[in-house]
Amino acid sequence: MTHHRPASAGQRELLRFLTCGSVDDGKSTLIGRLLHDTRLILDDQLAALARDSRRHGTTGEEIDLALLVDGLEAERQQGITIDVAWRYFSTPRRGFIVADTPGHEQYTRNMATGASHSSLAVLLVDARKGVLTQTRRHSIICALLGIRDIVLAVNKMDLAGFDQDHFDRIVGDYVTFASTLGFRSIVPIPLSARHGDNVTRRSGNTPWYHGPTLLEHLETVEVEQDLADKPFRFPVQWVNRPSQEFRGFSGTVASGRVAVGDQVVVAASGRSSRIARIVTADGDLPSAEAGQAVTLTLADEIDIARGDLLVPAAARPEMADQFAAHLLWMDEEPLLPGRTYLMRIGTLWTQASVTAVKHRLDVNTREEHAARTLSLNEIGFCNLAAAQRVPCDAYAENRATGAFILVDRYTNRTAGAGMIAFPLRRASNIHHADFVVDKLARAALDHQKPAVLWFTGLSGSGKSTVANLVELALHQAGRHTYTLDGDNLRHGLNKDLGFTAADRVENIRRVGEVAKLFVDAGLIVLCSFISPFRAERRMVRDLLEEGEFVEIFVDTPLEECMRRDPKGLYAKARAGAIRNFTGLDSPYEPPEAPELHLRTLGRTPQDCAEEVLARLRALGLMA
Amino acid sequence: MTVNADTTETAPARAAGAPRRLTPHLARLEAESIHIIREVAASFRRPVMLYSIGKDSSVMLHLALKAFHPGKPPFPLLHVDTTWKFREMIAFRDATARRLGLELIVHVNEEGLARGISPVASGSALHTQVMKTEALKQALTRHGFDAAFGGARRDEEKSRAKERIFSFRDAAHGWDPRNQRPELWTLFNTRIREGESIRVFPLSNWTEFDVWDYILAEDIPVVPLYFARPRPVVRRSGTWIMVDDERLPLGPGETPEMRMVRFRTLGCYPLTGAIESEADTLEKIIAEMRAARTSERQGRLIDTDEEASMERKKREGYF
Repeated sequence: MTHHRPASAGQRELLRFLTCGSVDDGKSTLIGRLLHDTRLILDDQLAALARDSRRHGTTGEEIDLALLVDGLEAERQQGITIDVAWRYFSTPRRGFIVADTPGHEQYTRNMATGASHSSLAVLLVDARKGVLTQTRRHSIICALLGIRDIVLAVNKMDLAGFDQDHFDRIVGDYVTFASTLGFRSIVPIPLSARHGDNVTRRSGNTPWYHGPTLLEHLETVEVEQDLADKPFRFPVQWVNRPSQEFRGFSGTVASGRVAVGDQVVVAASGRSSRIARIVTADGDLPSAEAGQAVTLTLADEIDIARGDLLVPAAARPEMADQFAAHLLWMDEEPLLPGRTYLMRIGTLWTQASVTAVKHRLDVNTREEHAARTLSLNEIGFCNLAAAQRVPCDAYAENRATGAFILVDRYTNRTAGAGMIAFPLRRASNIHHADFVVDKLARAALDHQKPAVLWFTGLSGSGKSTVANLVELALHQAGRHTYTLDGDNLRHGLNKDLGFTAADRVENIRRVGEVAKLFVDAGLIVLCSFISPFRAERRMVRDLLEEGEFVEIFVDTPLEECMRRDPKGLYAKARAGAIRNFTGLDSPYEPPEAPELHLRTLGRTPQDCAEEVLARLRALGLMA
Repeated sequence: MTVNADTTETAPARAAGAPRRLTPHLARLEAESIHIIREVAASFRRPVMLYSIGKDSSVMLHLALKAFHPGKPPFPLLHVDTTWKFREMIAFRDATARRLGLELIVHVNEEGLARGISPVASGSALHTQVMKTEALKQALTRHGFDAAFGGARRDEEKSRAKERIFSFRDAAHGWDPRNQRPELWTLFNTRIREGESIRVFPLSNWTEFDVWDYILAEDIPVVPLYFARPRPVVRRSGTWIMVDDERLPLGPGETPEMRMVRFRTLGCYPLTGAIESEADTLEKIIAEMRAARTSERQGRLIDTDEEASMERKKREGYF
């Protein structure tokens, strides 16, 4: 047997491409075919494949090539591709990295992942079905992720009688549809992945086709290699400081090139210096370009840390804290506008929130729909506000400095992938310039309206229980909260106070003052205190500004509180062990006009918490 | 094949500062791996590099040295020792750590040892579970490592092909293949909570060919077991098992014989099959591999235990 195995991956540039297409178009079979025909399937793998084909295959007695790439157990059982699988093969002319991506709509995020690593897409179309909704969706996602070269692989031509008119019709349909997507090249190829026609060898079944086989095309296609011609961008990854004598900035040149002696600027600070050395373990280099991992030293000592971006003075990126971007949502939990997410752009981590969803993009039709949120696998065009100004370029100009991810602050899941369209100009900035840091500024950072939620009611009425549920919900919605209750105040700040009438008033006064400070810090403060007297509640209300004090009357009848008696206090009070107990030998003055009158009898705490949250929404505190 | 003109079997490593001779393909893979390694050092509190002594670990370690030049890698090496590694591996490991002046942590599951777990007495599945998977988890927990480099490559095995480069592990070190974080561009999500960790695979995009081509181009030392030499072996399950010490019980009629063999992968010696070979230089190994018709893991007895056994082991915390 002769082998085409290459002597070495050699001098050819690497080609990264993804395969996409609708559910049964045969992506995995095609990659299996490429691996098989380039002799990269080895004997023990073939033996395993033959075993698998009998158990899980869909091709009867024939070897099912798709099983080579459908890796995970669950996928083999279900017969579908769920995740992105990476495959590697090479021919004497070129090395390839293939991202095999799922076809189902619920895996749009996986396809986008594959596309973000690829410079070309092989789009499969089933010859019997032609251009489908999925074909359009995949094309739109490829275009959005910046892929400019498409191979339209019209597969299963054997099942369409290798008919030329049929092929031409499908190609015509596709080219018409794709004309506005900005692709640089669309190369249509008629093939059969299962039987190998026009995959690696020219097929006798398509004498009317004069173009290259799929492999020939992949081996020779010139993909966009202009990253080195874009402006220099160097995200600092790591400050290398092994000794007093050496201070270098390690990272990978994201785009452009740099040479010793070049003037560079720290994008955020504007400080500038000259490149003194380009250090590598193989010796210093005179210059470096996109893709090279190097360590730069500068002629001057300027302040630089991980997250900084080194750029040429003459071609700086935008500095923006607000920008418009396409956002692909990847989390089960929908996007919440206004909620703060962690944002990673380059090597910089900051915080950001979506201030507005301008529209949702229908990835099947490119129609724009009004939307207030984004769910898993939806793509929207959004305005975002970051906690600081970040250097960035439009994604279409530079993938390296125009892409970002959003990470959920509580689950740490990667929630969104963004592609910057353009920065929003200063004129449209809502709050910037030289403000003093005040309550509004602090709250704006968290995109919330500070307030005091004052839960008042009898002992055992359920104040703390409901307040805890409300706080949990607020927290999950990205709000910064804090709880003040007897437990955390009586043990510290107020431990000198007893339960005389005077001490109880002083207790509430201090609670009010602390709550005020926290509101000033921009927080939503939840206070659970019996606070039986109207006067003391009034006192706290007056400490705060209009609208900041939300009085919630947790109304549970005394009999019910006594029945619950969660801390055994009523029992003690009735036994005479506690005096001045509210409701027994001390009065409770119900609020006359609370923001919310919460009647708890016969309801679950969750139900009560929902009512509080609904009221907060109505008051504009959850916007 | 691209070989430096000045590289012969007797020639020492290239002089420092000599021009690079890597192919564009290898240069790109090298740069990407260095990027990943630096990213970990910059993002985690206490990273560690799993060092398994094999060729992939040798390449990974070499990349780490290059990534932080002129400094040293800011993390220790960790070897999970099952006590059944080839003696030459252990000698090579200790010599390497000494030569490079790096901190090396060797962890043995003492509890497993006390229970008498061994590949001979317990079978490969239990031995791997206790002395590798459990031992690794013990070591990670004991030292509080929040990121651990591994030398696994996606081309090795089907379930590895879907592993992330930054692969999240829960507090019990488990992997959930259905709940992996999407990984777009090189914007790795390095965020974890206390107790959770990330496994990082800088060689994800390398193939076995790339690894050997790179070892040759960069003159990276590897364990001599990779080179063919006469070694005492016995025939078992269609492969050659080396009698590395007296602990390997011989069956009736089994007599060690000297054969010219070498290893494509290295592990616990009773579980690692040798191939008959005359390849006693890197060039010959690469030439032999190009003609080979079996994958490297074929010599590993632990993978054939059951279908998808690797995926199962990974879910449990195996590398």
